[in-house]
Amino acid sequence: MSRLVRMDRTGHTTLAEWSAGDPAAHEAAVVAFREELDRGYFAMVSTGEGHAEQVKELPIDADLVILRLPISGG
Amino acid sequence: MEGSAAHVAPLPETAAVHWRPPMDAARLHKRATLWTLTTAAHVIPFVAAGIVLFLVQPLAVAVSLASFGHAWIIPMLYAARGANVMRPSGARPQNGSATPRNGARPQNGSATGCADPVAERTAVGLLGDLVGHDARALHARTGLVVERGALGVWVVGEAGAVLLTGRRRRRATCFCVRVADPDLPSADRIAHLLLALRADEVGFATVANMAFSGARWRVRRRLPAAMRPALEAAARLDRV
Repeated sequence: MSRLVRMDRTGHTTLAEWSAGDPAAHEAAVVAFREELDRGYFAMVSTGEGHAEQVKELPIDADLVILRLPISGG
Repeated sequence: MEGSAAHVAPLPETAAVHWRPPMDAARLHKRATLWTLTTAAHVIPFVAAGIVLFLVQPLAVAVSLASFGHAWIIPMLYAARGANVMRPSGARPQNGSATPRNGARPQNGSATGCADPVAERTAVGLLGDLVGHDARALHARTGLVVERGALGVWVVGEAGAVLLTGRRRRRATCFCVRVADPDLPSADRIAHLLLALRADEVGFATVANMAFSGARWRVRRRLPAAMRPALEAAARLDRV
């Protein structure tokens, strides 16, 4: 089961869960994904130990997609 | 391979600082050298003035000592500024407790004592999924996460990161960088920085503001005691 997670003030919120064999759940996840991107979040997926990648389309085969806010110099 | 980050998609936040050259290994070295020269330019005149004054007029020893004091305190102030990027903000208490001055972690499970403890525990769980067992245990003790990168070894806190480079990781470069939402749990803020760092290390260092570059021991001395093991663990990564 794949998960779309947003890091927020509650710790994190699971916005959607889907599996490759459930197109309806995946479609709902895509909608949620795009809404969060429109709100200014960036989507990240881990690509191995110590590596991550920003994605602009929801990868259907990713186990975990994390939405993060932008960072800036303090 | 250290010093040559593989080609990655640039961090989108770098567009907001488009005038800054990428903080790659060469630029990092250049900035570190410049920082050392600047520190020397502050310190040497005070030391020289103290010595000359004492030679010319030994009775003015108090003034000489004051001059030496300036030479000592200026690098310390710079190092304190660098160490501050590691400190929890702790300025938003909801339960009336601020971060202890010794840097020890509050007993409610929050690294800062400011976030909802339930949210903090949830955030720690997600952060734990992103790092290995050792890093998870170190975070539980220090509130910091150690991450090996292409430029060196990073120690990531909730409001900044320290990059250890050079032989035996003796050079510490402190970067101030934060997430837009100040009300996020501490572990979530660390996870934000960690993911950005992992996506584009050079972009991360470019976006961040450099707060200090100098000897690791200087930063260590200015850190709360509870956080020092993280810096030592990062330095040990060099020898693994």
